[in-house]
Order: sequence, then C-alpha cells, then structure tokens
Amino acid sequence: MTTAVERGTAPPVPGISPARPAVPRSAAGEGRPPLWQRVLFVAALVGAAVIFMLPFVWLISASLRPREYVFAPGFLPVPFTPENYAEAWQAVPLLTWFGNSVVVGVAAAAAVTLSSAWVAFGFAYFRFPGRNLLFGLVLATMMLPFAVTMIPTYLIWSDLGLTDTQVPLWAGNLFGSAFYIFLLRQFLLSLSREYFEAARVDGASYPQLFWKMAFPLIRPALLVAFVFEFKASWTDLLKPLIYLRNEQLYTLPRGLKVVLDRFGYGGEQQWEIVLAGSVLATVPMIILFFLAQRHFVEGIATTGRKG
Amino acid sequence: MATVTAPAPGRRRRTPLARREARWAYLFLAPWIVGFLVFYAGPMIASLWLSFTEYDVINPPEYTGLDNYRELMSDPAVARSLGNTVYYAALHVPLVMLISLGLALLLKRVGRLQGFFRTVFYLPVMTPAVAVGILFLLLLNTQDGLINRALGLVGIDGPSWTTDPGWVMPGIILMSLWSLGSTVIIYLAALQNVPRDLYEAAAIDGAGAWARFRSVTLPMISGALFFTLIVNTIASLQMFTEVYTMYFGNRETQNTFNSDAATFYVIHLFQEAFQFLHMGFASAMAWLLFVIILIITLIQVKLSNRFVYYEGEDK
Repeated sequence: MTTAVERGTAPPVPGISPARPAVPRSAAGEGRPPLWQRVLFVAALVGAAVIFMLPFVWLISASLRPREYVFAPGFLPVPFTPENYAEAWQAVPLLTWFGNSVVVGVAAAAAVTLSSAWVAFGFAYFRFPGRNLLFGLVLATMMLPFAVTMIPTYLIWSDLGLTDTQVPLWAGNLFGSAFYIFLLRQFLLSLSREYFEAARVDGASYPQLFWKMAFPLIRPALLVAFVFEFKASWTDLLKPLIYLRNEQLYTLPRGLKVVLDRFGYGGEQQWEIVLAGSVLATVPMIILFFLAQRHFVEGIATTGRKG
Repeated sequence: MATVTAPAPGRRRRTPLARREARWAYLFLAPWIVGFLVFYAGPMIASLWLSFTEYDVINPPEYTGLDNYRELMSDPAVARSLGNTVYYAALHVPLVMLISLGLALLLKRVGRLQGFFRTVFYLPVMTPAVAVGILFLLLLNTQDGLINRALGLVGIDGPSWTTDPGWVMPGIILMSLWSLGSTVIIYLAALQNVPRDLYEAAAIDGAGAWARFRSVTLPMISGALFFTLIVNTIASLQMFTEVYTMYFGNRETQNTFNSDAATFYVIHLFQEAFQFLHMGFASAMAWLLFVIILIITLIQVKLSNRFVYYEGEDK
C-alpha cells in the first residue's frame, strides 16, 4: 500500500541511533509533543472521560434519591436516600440472585480455565497426526454464531431434565473453549521445551508435567481466562433467559430484567428500586476490574478479545 | 524435539514413543473433542435438520422441506429485523472504529496519565449489559433524560429516543458507543508496537503529521483495524442483550413502545424459538444468519488483502 513503510521495515540496528541526524523532536512527531499540544490532548481526553463517566455518576446518584427525585437535574444524591437499597432488598431476592451469580460465575470460570488449560497443553506439547487440522477446528468454532447451536443445545439439556437448573449455565465449560485454548496455548508455547523433557527423563508422567510444571508457570494466563469468563458469566442474560424459570435460581442480570419489567415501565415506575439493583450488579464488576486490571488489559491486547 | 530417534529427513517413521505420545495427546484433547461433537458438530447438524421441519418441542418434528426458508424470504418481520440489524451494524462499526482510533491516538500521547484514562474508557465494558440497557433507557428519556437535558443546554430540543420509531435506532447506536473500550485498548496496543524509527525515518523524508499518519501509522495498525472490523461486525449482527432489556420481554412494555423499530435479528429469532416455540423456523433463521455472517466476513477478508499490511510480507 505505501512506500514509506516498506522502506522503513528494515530491522533497526541497535547502537546506531545516536549517530542518526538530529531530528527536531516536534518534527519526529512521535517523540514527546510540545507542552501546548499535550495540554490540548489531555483536555480532549478529560472531556471524553467526563462523557464516559457521567452515566455512572448519574446511576449511583439517582439510585440514592427518592423516587420523585430520580430524574431531578444535577448529579448530587439529594435528598440522600440509601433506604432505596433496603427497599430493593425487600422487594426482590437480591441476595439470593447475587449468591447465584457468584456460584455460577465461579463454576463457569473454574471449569473453563481448567479444561482449556488441559486441552491447550495437548496442543502445545505434543506432536501428533491431525494436530493442525484440529487446532483449525478449535479456531473455527469461534466464528460460529451462538444462534446456530442455541436450540439443539437447549434440547440436549431439556432431554437430560436439566432445564430450570443452573447446570446448563456452566457445565458446557467443562469441555474447554476456543478463545481460552488459543490464549493458553500461546503462553505454553513460550515455555522452554527442554525443561519439560528433562522432567520426562526424571520419570514424570504427562499429567504431572501439566499439573506440577505447566499449570503454575502459566498462572498469569490462567487468571486472564478466569476473570474473563467470570465477567462473561456475571453479565450474561441469554442463557438464564433460556434455562431458568424459578426465580430463586435467577442470576443477577436475569433478576434485574424482572426488576425492570416489574418496577420500571411495566409497573409503578419505581425507578429507585431498578437503579439500586443495577448498581448492585455493576459494582462487583468494577471491583473485579480494579483487582485484575492488568489481566484484562493483557488479555485484550494479546488476543483482541472483545470485552 | 529431543526424542531418542532423530527425525529422519523425508517421511518419519512412527516410533513406539511417538505412538505413546500421540495417545496421550488425544487424551489431553479428549474434553475438547467431546465438547466439539456434543455442543458444536451435533447441534449444527441438528439445527440444519430442524430448519427443514416444523417443531414445537411438544410434538415430534415434522418434515416440511423448504417451507421455513420460503417463509423466511417472504416474512416482513424477518426482513424488518434484518434491516434494523444491518442499519445498526453499518453505523455502529465505523463509529466505534473511528472514535476508538481517535481516543487511542490521544492516549498514546499523554504519557503517565494513559493508565487512568484507559481505565475510564474500559469501565463501561465491565458494566453488565442488562444494567447498560436500563441505564440508557433512563438516560435517553425524552423529558427528563440526561442526554436530552444536555442537548437542551445547547438549545437543541432532543428527540423521543425511546418512543419515536425513527429515533429508536440512533438511541441504541449512541448507547453502543459507550462500550467501545476494548477496541480502544486493542488500538492502543497496536499503536505502541509501531517502531519509533519509522516515524523518524518518515520525518527525515519530510513527511508532515498527516503524511506520517497515512503512510506509517495506518499501515502499521491495519492488522488491528481489520481485526476489529471483523469482530465488531460479527458481534453487532448478533446484538441482543441491551436492546432486549430495554424494549422486550414484558408484554406491557412491548405494546407501549415501538418495539418493531428495535427488533434485531437475534431478538426476533429468540422470540420465534422460545416464546412461540417455532423451533424449526428459528433454526432456519439461525442458518440464514450464519450464511450472512460468512459472506460479510469473506468480503471483508478479500478487501483486507488489499489494505492490510503484514510485517515480513514480500510484495
């Protein structure tokens, strides 16, 4: 497409740069831009950041106001009404849903992390006939729209008598998942093979190689897989919508949808309850992000995963 | 590979060790192979078969040939939902890419503050989609919503985002832009991988800021641009949760508001399958979606061969 790039792709020679003709930093563009420019950039980002943050600020503030004040102008929670949360608590089984989301999320994340690591080790360590074809198939499953398998998968769980239980929300994860197999395989391939072969000579079995050596070494990648899947499970509405009937089994998003339909436009417009529920579903994800920020950013940057 | 027998050139003989290794390899792959057969291959065949039947879960499937597909082609509701979905994708994807690129370019230049702003742009992605739907249902409220209040400040009389059929989709697109954080992070990572020498070389050649952007930055991140184009397109064609939360699932809401204007393809599919139990028809819809996604992706791949620059590629 361009010429400048093709000319420029020669590998940079270390040590030569000091001798290079001095280019004014501002002209080089990608060095440190002049102060006034940086002030401008920061100002633009601050503007964008305010726009991105205002919905959060409004959500939290409105959830702490009385019903008549939910839509009041301003961003301050006045009159301050933390009772909304108690009201929401009494109106619907929020604590139960919260617990369900934690249990399902941990089960889904643990299942997919363990099984994907096990399978990824198979792809990374062994050479065997059909490996590339099978790995191609793994990647191909990422392309398939969930709508294609949604109905037969429902029929499977239904035949097993497991609809209206939480099992379909996580049990499919026991068989590995393409994105995580891909991610963990990348990490495993970066480990030195000699290290494993030395252990083989010392008599370690393959499961021992996996469990005692590979597993601890790729811990950061395992955490990436775990937090991504936990987030995916925590925020999922579709599966609970398909499988859960009994309100006591609902996860938070499924419960929140009921709260909206019961107390929002469908009901008395008790928006303070709807908002308190929304905050309660969101806050754990925000905390998770701050705890595992590095893993999220790394996961997205290395695999291009969509949040 | 440090096995006992060094692999001979040409065709390798399979040693007992290699055979033992292969057995173990398949043991490691076994969970995925089982999962693939049970949750991908099997269901794909099953849904293809169902798409030629009428099936309501209670009675056994009844073979109806191409009826579902014929109905699919003439059903105005399907056409409507497909039209809405394409409308959404056609605006959502380029807007997400443009704004994310702008933000990433800014982020790259602010040094230590980068981490802070990156977090700010990513937090909406962490918000559960149901909560996003609820939040924007209120932000987009015609009289009292934050968005129309803000528009009012600059003298614009905001539209009825959630009730005027013509404005429902723009409102949804606006909402979707709030969650563009992962695209920003992908672009930022790509921008940081561009070797600085390239810019310096271009500057020596007398390239201005725009020329450097066009002939260094864009080609060097074209892989990331292409990747996000494909991923965002596929995802946007399967949009479900936020919009379902806002406009569907509750008879009363569904009647009060103009849910027709908000019917996305997968929402319509979901309703056909799990509300009306038209499992056969819904399966046909799923396969049509699959084919549409395949075709669009293939076109994008073809186009990308012209525009994407891969390092180490001989041309």
